[in-house]
Amino acid sequence: MKRYSVFAIAREAMRHHTGWERAWASPEPKANYDVIIIGAGGHGLATAYYLGKNFGITNVAVIEKGWLGGGNTGRNTTIIRSNYLQDPSAAIYDKALKLYENLSQDLNYNVMFSPRGLLMLAQTHHEVRGYLRTVHANNLQGVATEWIEPAKVKEIVPIINIDGPRYPVLGALWQRRGGTARHDAVAWGYARACSDMGMHILQKTEVTGVRQENGAVTGVETSRGFIGTKKLGIVVAGHSGQVAGMAGFRLPLEAVALQALVSEPIKPCMDVVVMANTVHGYMSQSDKGEMVIGGGTDSFNNFTQRGSFHHIEETLRALVETFPMISRLKMLRQWGGIVDMTGDRSPIISKTPLGNCFINCGWGTGGFKAIPGSGWAMAELMARGHAPLAAEFGLDRFREGRFIDESVAAGVAH
Amino acid sequence: MSTRLSSGGRLIDRARTVEYSFNGKRLRGFKGDTLASALLASDQMLVGRSFKYHRPRGIVASGAEEPNALVGLGTGARFEPNQRMTTTELFDGLSSASQNHWPSLEYDVGVLNNAVAKFLPAGFYYKTFIHPRAAWKHVFEPVIRQSAGLGRVPKERDADRYEYFYAHCDLLVVGGGIAGLQAALVAGAAGARVLVLEQTAHWGGRAPVDGVEIDGKPAEAWIKASVQALEKMSNVMLRRRTMASGVYDHGYVLADEKVADHTPGDGRPRHRLWRIRAGRIVTATGAIERPLAFAGNDIPGVMLASAVRDYVVNWAVSPGDRTVVVTNNDDAYRTALALKAAGLQVPAVVDARDRADGALPQAARAAGIRVLTGSAIAKAHGGKRLSGVAICAQGGEGNAVTEEIPCEAVAMSGGWSPVVHLYSHCGGKLSWDEAHAMFRPDAARPPTGADGTGFVFAAGAANGALYVQDVLGDATKATIAALQAAGVAEVETVVPAVKAEVEAPMIPIWVMPQGAGPDLRMKMWLDYQNDVKVSDVQLAAREGYESVEHTKRYTTLGMATDQGKLSNINGLAVLSNALNAPIPEVGTTTFRPPYTPVTIGALAGEARGEIFQPLRRTAIHDWHEAHGVEWEPVGHWRRPYCYKNGAEIASAAVNREVLAVRERVGLLDASTLGKILVKGPDAGRFLDMLYTNMMSNLKPGKCRYGLMCSENGFLMDDGVVARIDEETWLCHTTSGGADRIHGWMEDWLQCEWWDWKVYTANLTEQYTQIAVVGPKARAVLEKLGGIEVSGEEFKFMEWREGTLGGLPARIFRISFSGELSYEIATPAGHGRALWDALLKAGEEFGITPYGTEALHVMRAEKGFIMIGDESDGTVIPQDLNLNWAISKKKEDFLGKRGQERSYLADPGRWKLVGLETLDGTVLPDGAYAVADGFNANGQRNTQGRITSTYWSPTLRKGIAMALVHRGPERMGEVLEFPKPDGSSVKAKICDPVFYDKDGEKQNV
Ligand SMILES: Cc1cc2nc3c(=O)[nH]c(=O)nc-3n(C[C@H](O)[C@H](O)[C@H](O)COP(=O)(O)OP(=O)(O)OC[C@H]3O[C@@H](n4cnc5c(N)ncnc54)[C@H](O)[C@@H]3O)c2cc1C
Repeated sequence: MKRYSVFAIAREAMRHHTGWERAWASPEPKANYDVIIIGAGGHGLATAYYLGKNFGITNVAVIEKGWLGGGNTGRNTTIIRSNYLQDPSAAIYDKALKLYENLSQDLNYNVMFSPRGLLMLAQTHHEVRGYLRTVHANNLQGVATEWIEPAKVKEIVPIINIDGPRYPVLGALWQRRGGTARHDAVAWGYARACSDMGMHILQKTEVTGVRQENGAVTGVETSRGFIGTKKLGIVVAGHSGQVAGMAGFRLPLEAVALQALVSEPIKPCMDVVVMANTVHGYMSQSDKGEMVIGGGTDSFNNFTQRGSFHHIEETLRALVETFPMISRLKMLRQWGGIVDMTGDRSPIISKTPLGNCFINCGWGTGGFKAIPGSGWAMAELMARGHAPLAAEFGLDRFREGRFIDESVAAGVAH
Repeated sequence: MSTRLSSGGRLIDRARTVEYSFNGKRLRGFKGDTLASALLASDQMLVGRSFKYHRPRGIVASGAEEPNALVGLGTGARFEPNQRMTTTELFDGLSSASQNHWPSLEYDVGVLNNAVAKFLPAGFYYKTFIHPRAAWKHVFEPVIRQSAGLGRVPKERDADRYEYFYAHCDLLVVGGGIAGLQAALVAGAAGARVLVLEQTAHWGGRAPVDGVEIDGKPAEAWIKASVQALEKMSNVMLRRRTMASGVYDHGYVLADEKVADHTPGDGRPRHRLWRIRAGRIVTATGAIERPLAFAGNDIPGVMLASAVRDYVVNWAVSPGDRTVVVTNNDDAYRTALALKAAGLQVPAVVDARDRADGALPQAARAAGIRVLTGSAIAKAHGGKRLSGVAICAQGGEGNAVTEEIPCEAVAMSGGWSPVVHLYSHCGGKLSWDEAHAMFRPDAARPPTGADGTGFVFAAGAANGALYVQDVLGDATKATIAALQAAGVAEVETVVPAVKAEVEAPMIPIWVMPQGAGPDLRMKMWLDYQNDVKVSDVQLAAREGYESVEHTKRYTTLGMATDQGKLSNINGLAVLSNALNAPIPEVGTTTFRPPYTPVTIGALAGEARGEIFQPLRRTAIHDWHEAHGVEWEPVGHWRRPYCYKNGAEIASAAVNREVLAVRERVGLLDASTLGKILVKGPDAGRFLDMLYTNMMSNLKPGKCRYGLMCSENGFLMDDGVVARIDEETWLCHTTSGGADRIHGWMEDWLQCEWWDWKVYTANLTEQYTQIAVVGPKARAVLEKLGGIEVSGEEFKFMEWREGTLGGLPARIFRISFSGELSYEIATPAGHGRALWDALLKAGEEFGITPYGTEALHVMRAEKGFIMIGDESDGTVIPQDLNLNWAISKKKEDFLGKRGQERSYLADPGRWKLVGLETLDGTVLPDGAYAVADGFNANGQRNTQGRITSTYWSPTLRKGIAMALVHRGPERMGEVLEFPKPDGSSVKAKICDPVFYDKDGEKQNV
């Protein structure tokens, strides 16, 4: 692989950029691989990457029905943080954050990880208590977070309205190391690095069946024919239920549409990420200048990747109230993605009832930030059969009632 | 130079001048001008700078597809960035400023990027700025962010208001060109309820500009007559300045009406967001002309041929004395003819086709215009304005320039693309039309509604009927199909004849000249605003970004504020050439709403400030407001957190309130508590399933505290249930839980136990509920008179109905504070009267209204749990030592099986205890108790956490509740709670009931 650098650009500029190599190859499938990963989203590609990098397993194919990175990885609002409450969550998200911090250098691809800081606003007393609890938990987990007062919030985010008449800002949970990254670049950077290790990324190839013998996987049926494998990783987010069905087991998952939107670009006005959970909306500004806005999930299951308008309305109301200046910006584009939600809103990284078949799913509305950590843990699980970071995220937790509930801040009061 | 012609201009009123400003310059235009036409008339060729290279840019188009001509419009609280000049109607006092340059539009430092453009190809930022690591955040990113972005940031709170409007119709017609008007005429005559939306201020679309004849008259006359006819139909509604922005599932359409953009500050709402439920939709949204990709096609003065024609015919604006037309089709000759008719020069029509013998080219030749066939523009010359073009053969590489033609403007046409956005938003599919090199709606694969049939029908040019002769017939056909689908069988139609010059076929031209080398391709713009060139798309393909979505994202093609209206098809064609794959195989990117960007304020509507969300008020709300309340939002309610006496601080007020209740008597507005009536022959059985304890055996007249769990076994709500009569129970829920629990009940009744005879009604707002609490509570009630409240007659956990002080009342003797306490419910209409009566009666006893915080402190003193504090969705009742409230007798209840799972049945779970600090101070909220060592992931082990912590004014010390590993077995043990600042606090495990353990006070 030719390395990317300023010098490479200068060299190519002299010959009209005709010498650039393909970022990833477009090979014909082999008959057999040591490992097949279904799904070339961030999690699937990162799994493949760390299989190669950490365990030297490179006879790997990543099979993707559409274009790589075209699922939720290419549709999300790119918020990265690790200020989670429960220990297993904080561990894997913080591992991911640490890997993000060096990912551009590691992949030789600028993923534009931008640790610009992230605020979660508290707008009810209940939320205040919830975030104070998180600060304490994070402190013991080795994740640096702080509780900050309204005046400090205003200082960090001058465009915010901290004393709205309905839900004045009472303070915020502040994680300095949180931020954003360029979502496509994460997928592309991993894909390029995987391809460089000799792995095959098979795009426009849909898995239609999973073959097994004696309780263990032997390969997958695809739109390009049968491909054999010793081990299989299913990493297909919103379509996990279907693919698990092909492998003969069921999952405690629901698929719902989550929406996001961007405004037209403007000059820089906010260099942190702000999440407002009581009023329900969050916002950051991309390097291009667009305000990137995320909202809620539809309350019905579907696969349309669209979502209904009333969520957009609700989100924009919340944000116009929180950031009055956005009222005179324009919404440029809205879209949706199908997210895979578990009952406890935590992911599954697990062995499955089918031998040599592993699954990584359930990242729901928040798995972009986890990509490197999740790939790291999944690779270890697939290579060794056990991974400390994944230990608590097994499928058996649903049978045992050992939930990892991150939605505990649900507002209830007498 | 561009100027105003001395005559003509069908849309301007020369009698009325309008004063406006651009970059501080005071200018004049006419009523009917757009900002674009007025600026062009004042020779303002340079209007903006591009996003990446800061190249000088001029106006390209005349409508919503304009990529370059964006301004910051207005000032102060009415400032809006990125406004499109071409869709901005001129008004007196309009002030505008160009964007994305420093220090000025004429001299922009950012243009340095242009000088080094060859080092900044598509995606360069992915390949560089990688080292050193810290530099991205601290150096590169801030610089990129500053030079990116377009418009300035609005600083002030929006001065305007916005409103929603809801509409229903049988047929929604989008587009008020001749296709849309014909559709409306057909549907209107058939009696359907029709709504017609036109995004501009004018009916008729392109036809009047194109010199078309309808029914033997000029198009303009037919349009006028049609609009008059439609205005007379009571079943037809017409709206101009209204842009349909998105089609959603089941015929839901959003449209943005610009009510007062052209009359700002006149008191009307600025925009009105139409939320339309349409039976069927006809999209008569027309087509958009495509630019041609030749070197220098972004120099100010290069415009779409249709736009040049619009400026000449509609606004009498000359783009320059000499305009070269360059085309691959016949339609562009109409521009040449229009220019000529206006007395302007057309040095040549450069036609890429080998032959141009149709009626229009012939007419051009007859008008004395030179037609150069098989030719191309090798290069356009100029900087901030165009100075000329070099001509070459379309077939070659562009090196052999045959001629240099000086000119001020180029009118280009690469053919037309139907506006298929609305058809596609909800899943409608497109097919590739070879003849016109365009995607058109595939009528066989429309977006489908709930009944599985199509609900969007494309009509006219939007359906690919590019020849105007075919448009009315096509629109009629589409309308009949739509009406029939909507159940209107009888449709009578008249299709007027349309006369226009017959057009010869176009040929697709994606790059001009065909064999252009890299130097030229680096100067051929596809996406003007985002600075994406032919070479960028080719680079993306070379590097393996082969999917059209990859190319779009890698190059940013089509992601600018014009949403690729001009660039998408051209870019796609360049990509498919590079990949050697047919265009339809490469496919389009997904069309997403909105069609044209919509102001966020309009989408948010009227909801802001006080009415940002609905405000639920109890009957006593105003009294609280007038008595020093500090509010706490609880769902859509506001509840008093405490009442401050003058300058009192909140914590002092809370302490005062607690002591008043403990020592005398207090008054709490508990109206927000959920009150759900459950009634019917199976109600008891139903409640036995819902609550963990038994409710069916509760006697009428009695109350019982109950817990509700999720199916997983976790505690989700609690409250007192009162049995009203044989068939009726009244369930109290938490304030925040009322609606959710009511929904939960209905979910089970409607989806699972639909054959049980149970009815539920949420009466939360029907009753005011007031808690009278404290040693003197009975005395206060006795003073009012009515229901007998003596200790013998009316025991703890009972309720009585009757009157109190003459008001209807139901009194529950229950306590959440440990004091003698009565909760009095009265119909909400009497709520305020009851409150006032209680205050008056209690005066002599020092009655004190108290808020939620005093309530919390008192329940914690008494060791009562609070949903949301002691429970958080991961806690089961057993954790809270509430086993007494879990029936052992019942075969089943929601949560029972969940609680039997191994992890929940584990004796080693964290359980509820009390905590006291060794020095009496208050423990920190949310702190964790540490245990020895670290877990496998290097995190500190923990053994418990604080769930509630308060200063107890009663006990004069800090008290807390906590969940601790095997807590109740460890009384007296000392735990350590680290704080984020590195220090830590120690606390001793104790009984969670700190006050009146034997319940003597509440039972008196
Ligand atoms: C609108 C939105 C906003 C979000 N915002 C954030 C955020 O701010 N921060 C954050 O951390 N997370 C966010 N998320 C969540 C995040 O995007 C996802 O959790 C994450 O991207 C999931 O990655 P993945 O690799 O598991 O799935 P995906 O990227 O969806 O990849 C799965 C892949 O599997 C492929 N596939 C499916 N079935 C098959 C088959 N049969 N054969 C072959 N291939 C198949 C799909 O085509 C797809 O490419 C957001 C999500 C959405 C939708």
